[in-house]
Amino acid sequence: MKETGAPIRITSPLDDRVVKSLRAGDQVRITGVLYTARDAAHKRLVDGLKKGESPPFDLTGQTIYYVGPTPARPGRVIGSAGPTTSGRMDSYTPLLLAHGVKGMIGKGQRSESVKEAIGKYKAIYFAAVGGAGALISRSIKKSEVIAYADLGAEAIHRLEVEEFPAIVINDTEGGDLYEEGKAKYRRGG
Amino acid sequence: MREIPVEKVAETVARLCQEANSDLGEDVLAALRSALLENARIAREESVPICQDCGIAVVFLEIGQDVHFVGGNLYEAVRAGVADGYALGYLRKSVVRQPFSARVNTGDNAPPVIYTDIVPGDRAKIIVMVKGGGAENMSRLAMLTPSQGREGVVESVVRAVDEAGSNPCPPVIVGVGIGGTADAAMVLAKKVLLRKVGEPHADPEVASLEAELLDKINAIGIGPSGLGGRMTALAVHVEVFPTHIASLPVAVNLQCHAARHREAVL
Repeated sequence: MKETGAPIRITSPLDDRVVKSLRAGDQVRITGVLYTARDAAHKRLVDGLKKGESPPFDLTGQTIYYVGPTPARPGRVIGSAGPTTSGRMDSYTPLLLAHGVKGMIGKGQRSESVKEAIGKYKAIYFAAVGGAGALISRSIKKSEVIAYADLGAEAIHRLEVEEFPAIVINDTEGGDLYEEGKAKYRRGG
Repeated sequence: MREIPVEKVAETVARLCQEANSDLGEDVLAALRSALLENARIAREESVPICQDCGIAVVFLEIGQDVHFVGGNLYEAVRAGVADGYALGYLRKSVVRQPFSARVNTGDNAPPVIYTDIVPGDRAKIIVMVKGGGAENMSRLAMLTPSQGREGVVESVVRAVDEAGSNPCPPVIVGVGIGGTADAAMVLAKKVLLRKVGEPHADPEVASLEAELLDKINAIGIGPSGLGGRMTALAVHVEVFPTHIASLPVAVNLQCHAARHREAVL
């Protein structure tokens, strides 16, 4: 695990060169566009792709943020908006990466098949701080529902973000910050 | 006999749902730092939920045996209170009906899970715990054999936390229920999360088990947010209950660092 340096500023949609340059443990600040999707939206997206339907937004180079925000109070952009547990999306992820998705933001470890797909399709998995949804919401400048409105908090939102704080967990070279971090601090048998 | 109108119950539950979601308890705050402290501060000042997962509401009712609820159905009042609290507080509605198929959102975060205890007196205590899915999903139940003893308990609790890894938003509070039946152990593990964070059990033997578990869990290395570190758990709370001669149930219920619960006495 790298010691924390100055955060790396990146933009989304993600550029292949940038994705390949990032390493597990890198702190990033993301500016640009993120699309939200969690359990129900993933199921619908992937069911559609399998039937040959076109997705509700162009997946190429995009970053998916696993989040179901709380409702915005009047005059606010969004409510609390921290990451949900990524592992529940694992069974859907390889197909989305095959269709061009490049980045994922969530929390928690991924399956072996997702880690393989990250290497194969040259994608990247970031974590945001779980349980810090009020703080994270400050980097979200615009939010609109662009698909699956009937899913409520699980609808796909297009977010415009500035300096969204995240850290690289799984990189294109097989780096895994959760494994490295745990190994560094484990004591005893 | 003392009468409590059920509408008073509904109003109180509605308030507790909102407060629990945006005002973290002082004991939890004392144990957190940096980004999480900043997050808690913003949430309190701006009435934004601490976490976007505003949980399923778990409502514990401790009802004095001399209380008579009047004016309607008590459980309906609790349900109405949850629905009002989640609407008024701009909280996320995270409850779906028919869990194994269509999973359509109920739209009002109801129904809550309700536990009722009858206690002496003429007061009613209402405790609202808002429980996020990420931590709840990492719950475990082990039906050990008596020969596995304390060592078996330690092994299964440490393994549960290790396997949960970064998923339940560490640093966590680990609730452990030992004894009773399978269902009773699970309820013990949940209820013990309500104890003041880090306060040891009154029985020295149970307190020593809590200390051993905390040390072994913090030796795993998961750390805050799972990024590696010495603080994977803020506290381990154990509760015990007598059990069958053949049984040693061990239940684990994890609570994320956003340990949100509020109570009121009517």
